[in-house]
Amino acid sequence: MPGADPTSSIERQEARIAWALVLPAVLTILLVALFPLAWTVWESFHLHDLRMPWLGKPFVGIDNYVEAFGDPRFWAALGHTAFFAVTSVGLELIIGLWLALALNRAFRGRGLVRAAVLVPWAIPTVVSALLWRFMFEGQSGIVNSLLVDLRVLREPLVWFIHPAAAWVPVILADVWKTTPFVALLLLAGLQNIDASLYEAARIDGASAWRQFRHVTLPLLKPAILVALIFRTLDAFRVFDLIYALTGGGPGTSTEPIALYTFNALLQNLQFGYGSALSVIVFAITFCLALLYIRFLGAELTGARR
Amino acid sequence: MRPRSWWPGIVLALLVGASAFPFYWAILSSFTPEARLFQAPSLLPSQLVLDHYRALFSERNFWLPIRNSLIVAGSTTVFCVALGALCAYALARLEFRGKALLLGSILAVGMFPQISVVSPLYLLLRELRLINTYPGLVLPYLTFAMPLTVWLLVGFFRQLPGELEEAAMVDGASRLRAFWEVIVPLAVPGIATTAILTFVYSWNEFLFALSFTLGPERQTVPVAIALFRGQYQVPWGQILAAAVVATLPVTLLVLAFQRRIVQGLTAGAVKG
Amino acid sequence: MALVRLEGIGKTYPNGHVAAKGLDLEIHDGEFMVLVGPSGCGKSTVLRMIAGLETPTAGRILIGDRDVTALPPQDRDIAMVFQTYALYPHMTVRENLAFGLRMRGTESAVIEQRVQEASRALGLEPVLGRRPAQLSGGQRQRVALGRAIVREPKVFLFDEPLSNLDAKLRVETRAELARLHRRLGATVVYVTHDQEEAMTLGWRVAVMRDGFLQQVAPPMELYRRPANRFVAEFVGSPGMNFLAGDAVPGMGPAPAAATLGVRPHDLTIVPEGAGDTDAWVDVVEPRGSELLVYLRMGAKGDGAELRVVAPPEPAIEEERVVGVRFDRARLHWFERESGKRVG
Repeated sequence: MPGADPTSSIERQEARIAWALVLPAVLTILLVALFPLAWTVWESFHLHDLRMPWLGKPFVGIDNYVEAFGDPRFWAALGHTAFFAVTSVGLELIIGLWLALALNRAFRGRGLVRAAVLVPWAIPTVVSALLWRFMFEGQSGIVNSLLVDLRVLREPLVWFIHPAAAWVPVILADVWKTTPFVALLLLAGLQNIDASLYEAARIDGASAWRQFRHVTLPLLKPAILVALIFRTLDAFRVFDLIYALTGGGPGTSTEPIALYTFNALLQNLQFGYGSALSVIVFAITFCLALLYIRFLGAELTGARR
Repeated sequence: MRPRSWWPGIVLALLVGASAFPFYWAILSSFTPEARLFQAPSLLPSQLVLDHYRALFSERNFWLPIRNSLIVAGSTTVFCVALGALCAYALARLEFRGKALLLGSILAVGMFPQISVVSPLYLLLRELRLINTYPGLVLPYLTFAMPLTVWLLVGFFRQLPGELEEAAMVDGASRLRAFWEVIVPLAVPGIATTAILTFVYSWNEFLFALSFTLGPERQTVPVAIALFRGQYQVPWGQILAAAVVATLPVTLLVLAFQRRIVQGLTAGAVKG
Repeated sequence: MALVRLEGIGKTYPNGHVAAKGLDLEIHDGEFMVLVGPSGCGKSTVLRMIAGLETPTAGRILIGDRDVTALPPQDRDIAMVFQTYALYPHMTVRENLAFGLRMRGTESAVIEQRVQEASRALGLEPVLGRRPAQLSGGQRQRVALGRAIVREPKVFLFDEPLSNLDAKLRVETRAELARLHRRLGATVVYVTHDQEEAMTLGWRVAVMRDGFLQQVAPPMELYRRPANRFVAEFVGSPGMNFLAGDAVPGMGPAPAAATLGVRPHDLTIVPEGAGDTDAWVDVVEPRGSELLVYLRMGAKGDGAELRVVAPPEPAIEEERVVGVRFDRARLHWFERESGKRVG
């Protein structure tokens, strides 16, 4: 019986067209992302100080990494980053969830709410940083004035001089800017939950809290995880916000790892060392993403804890 | 849940208030004379002047960064949407081997920490003599803009009804003709939303712009604002005026298309 | 004359799934051929291969006298009505109807004329200017039909077109389809999972299961002489009863190791002891025009289940023993292992 060529015609043509469509974008990404990343890894094994070009680019193995792990400022930066990530993401999740729950039921003024929610997200991070800096700046900045007037403070605080106090505007600014985004993600997740589940729970006699714990939370888990992934990875890479708000100060007490790397690279022009830092940052990000994906994947395929 | 009619209202008021206050304060202050900025601030407007705005454009020539941002964000958007739409269409609607892996890889690239690619990009741009040029910014911007565009557009294309291309082909159209006549008209809203989002992200980008430009000739708006220097003290009045001017275009865009933007962002994220 | 010929058609997917194997089918000019079977049996795949939306991994397809196996859908002169209708949402009904002709470069005068004819035949004239989103389910279905009719193709392909309609609309549309087919004299290949649709619409019905053709025959032949147990079970509602070959004495001569099949309509309920065997009445479902009686074989009701369709009168009480008489002329014997018909 004469047979058709099994891999011919429609399916193969489709695959061919698909690859043609995909190739330009893929090539671009290869060029501007993967190739530089590979180069960074390569650089991290060399000494490359642009201030001392006569030293050339000798291969130094893992010296840069050793130097990093031995540098207290490196560990401090990692600590700052972790603190920032945990605090801001935690706050954003809690407030965002609360917001999403409220928004899920409100009907009037939807447009206004959406606008209020989107605009902080839409402006450049450095601008939001400057707005918050301005509010916390000086003896009679608006925050100091309000706190003193409300008797919360006895006298105005110079926020940016104290290592601990400097974190307050940083965290606030981040929460202000990105909680709306988290709330939106969770709201979308909430709206996917079938209303009849709540009715069934109510008929079973479950209180509002019980309904939340046993219907809402479990079904919201995928959305929460997605929000967690995005926000944690973003928080870990924080740069703009702190650069413009505190510059990493006072001293280096609010310096995150991205800013530390930036300083090494483009202030001190130590490309070898800076590349090692970059690789470390990338590796941590990658591991975090993997961890989350494993959790999210398990969640999506219904695996039990 | 039993309806509690007052709770959402209060939350909403809090939300809108908390979101709006920093803006309100910044805008109000941008019209306040410099001398009064840190003396006895009042929540209500009293003396309003245009000094800062005038200085912004006459002394500091703020038109420059605005122009630069427009060109860079605009070019990035056009380039990414054009290539990204084709790529996203293939990923969303065509069958071929390695599809899932490819999509996953593109998204993974979007997650790269920018700081990790700054140094090689710097060296590369230096080699190509593209430091402090427009292409020298657009090229790095593709690292995050391209994955973003593809991700958003894949989400939009997936939402189109399933058998449209097949119906068109049976009706007599070739694959490419089916794409043009049936898919593209339906995807226009999605493409527009993606373009807006890509533009916003590009406009707001800071790290690359900071690293790859050297002076006011090519600096973008975020960089210009962050690097405002005064002769004796920080010129807050002008900084705030600049902030208002800088955020006006994206704010207007986002407000005008808010529903679509929310749809686009959340569709891709939650349904994966 | 066969208009569509499938020769040795097979389709194996890269993941190993076999959707069709060794399929030979001839569809005659002007015939209404129905492909029917349970979900996953491969009937939609076969239809899509005829359409050109999928390529067979073995065998060839001929339409008219042309080998179209390697041709894309647009060159096959076929029209298809999809299960989801797949109307173009951004075009009006008129533009939807005209699309196919426009793709083929037909003159606008001809397009206009055909669109008018089709919309008149389907009652779509009042909605020509509307978009699909503004139409009811039934109207959308007719636009999908119209889109196919306007093209005047060699073959019409239908992929479960009625499954998205509610029950009443389904029955009405079924009749309309039959009428339309008679008027157009077109060749139709129709896929459905509903055996009742297959029986009422098809001139010939092809029953499929797990990628294999079980039987191709006119509906009545499928009903009276099913080629195997699967077809016997699939066709006819309520389904055929199956008993061990020796369950009821006196039905012989029974072929060795065979299963006896008998339809609920071919059994009669008689007073206890007056039939070929006794049975216990379990449940009686009154259906208006008839009674559906669920029996359990044996006077104590511990045997196999038996379904009988009885006339509405006399009434039959539950939880009683009755007799059952078998219509000797309407017995079916199937090999126990293979299910093939042996008598």
